[in-house]
Amino acid sequence: MLRDITLGQYYPTDSHVHEMDPRTKLFGTLIYIIALFLFNNVLGWLVVTGFLILAIHTCKVPLSYMVKGLKAIVMLLLIAAAFNLFLTSGTPIFTIGPLSISDVGLRNAGLMTIRMIYLIVGTSIMTLTTTPNQLTDGLERSLHFLNRVHIPVHEIAMMMSIALRFIPILIEETDKIMKAQMARGADFESGGIIKRAKAMVPLLVPLFVSAFRRANDLALAMEARCYHGGEGRTKMKPLQYHGVDRVGYLVIFIFLVLVIASRIVYPMLMGLIGV
Amino acid sequence: MSIKLENVTYQYSPDTAYAITALDHVNLELRDGEFIGIIGHTGSGKSTLVQHLNGLLKATEGVIYYNGQNIYDKDYDLKDLRTQVGMVFQYPEHQLFETTVFEDVKFGPKNQGLDDKEATLRAYEALEKVHFPTDYFDQSPFDLSGGQKRRAAIAGVLAMKPAVLILDEPTAGLDPKGRDEILDMIAEMHKKSGNTVILVSHSMEDVANYVDRIIVMNDARVAFDGAPKEVFRHYKELETMGLAAPEVTYIMQELQAAGFPVSVDATTIQEAKEEILKVFR
Repeated sequence: MLRDITLGQYYPTDSHVHEMDPRTKLFGTLIYIIALFLFNNVLGWLVVTGFLILAIHTCKVPLSYMVKGLKAIVMLLLIAAAFNLFLTSGTPIFTIGPLSISDVGLRNAGLMTIRMIYLIVGTSIMTLTTTPNQLTDGLERSLHFLNRVHIPVHEIAMMMSIALRFIPILIEETDKIMKAQMARGADFESGGIIKRAKAMVPLLVPLFVSAFRRANDLALAMEARCYHGGEGRTKMKPLQYHGVDRVGYLVIFIFLVLVIASRIVYPMLMGLIGV
Repeated sequence: MSIKLENVTYQYSPDTAYAITALDHVNLELRDGEFIGIIGHTGSGKSTLVQHLNGLLKATEGVIYYNGQNIYDKDYDLKDLRTQVGMVFQYPEHQLFETTVFEDVKFGPKNQGLDDKEATLRAYEALEKVHFPTDYFDQSPFDLSGGQKRRAAIAGVLAMKPAVLILDEPTAGLDPKGRDEILDMIAEMHKKSGNTVILVSHSMEDVANYVDRIIVMNDARVAFDGAPKEVFRHYKELETMGLAAPEVTYIMQELQAAGFPVSVDATTIQEAKEEILKVFR
């Protein structure tokens, strides 16, 4: 039932991308997203596609896992593409009744669809190869400088990792309570909206009670271990860069340079051909 | 009136990196009126097994028959099955939600489509059965003690008058006194009603004194199935499964090994006492 939902979707396997420091991956993802919105011609598209294929290939995660995320945005993609197609002004290519498709619209719709798909697939590589804990660890270290302006980075990171940790627990709990109430004849599936909303009460009340109980227990357990926030706190596994990270940063840097170069070289090439 | 499992296999998260086989081709027949103990180490598949009996989990492979009818048939009424095969989950008190104990117990009968009067009657009867103190009927279930919460929750299932009652670790987290009270109550109910009762536990000690049949689960399979005496004869194998026979079994085995003419089949302290006294008479 609910157990089948993958949220923290880490895919455990042995690859160079998995070995990388979370900071490298965060930085790489950031550059990748920037690059997605930087490229504006075929050359840039080739560079981005090349980088994506390289990442997919090295992370050893089956492609089907990355494509899964696309299912959720299919509707969004279609609607956005339709708006871009029909509502962009420009030289019309062909018209169907009141609707007309312009050359600019076609280009925009295409670019936007590619960007969205690449965004989902590319960022899912990061979440598939990094455990939620590593991710918050990486964020905490990367944003450490914000401490200077009195933003409690460690506390926020701690809250994030606790929240992430609790998602599967609460899903499991929901599953259990649902089953228990179903065993008492509860029906969560049939009836109108009001009946269904009412049917949620026997599920939500115990769920909230249990969430508060767990939160209480955790707070107590943390205090009993003398937790008092980030100041002076050391790590059992401090983040450290290795050889693979150096290669990673190099690849990311070359990728960024190529994308920027594509914007400059493409018009020059076009000029040479004489278009 | 029986439940029959044929080649039942169940996998959690099939076709993913986390796939786990929790049941592996299980064949069982649970006859009417039996008092059965299902025992196994954590993760042996015992909870998964009982969740199949009322159709909460659907077997990946295999068939289950309730009174001769295949419960996976398209037109089979699973909701009706769940009222006939009552199930008390682990830590049932975590499922209480109503404003008063009484209302909470009425939840099941109401779902069965009974009118308020009948539901009230059923709730009253069920709370009596679990020896729930009358003074607390109108209390909020969240204000009760652990043992009382559990009684209220068990009453919530009993109020539906199931023909088969399944209890998943009904004594988990209770003190020894609370544990004995709950188990005595269950045994008493079984005696009075003659219904099938299935008790899931990881503790032999709990189960040995009460049930007439023990099913031992190990690694998603049925390892042993029989009367307590027969099962405890395999106490050495039980140990390799992370289980243990009741302490009485060990004492009797050692007494016999030391040359005393006692029977090793004694499973309860009472039986052991009789056996040992026989030697001295």
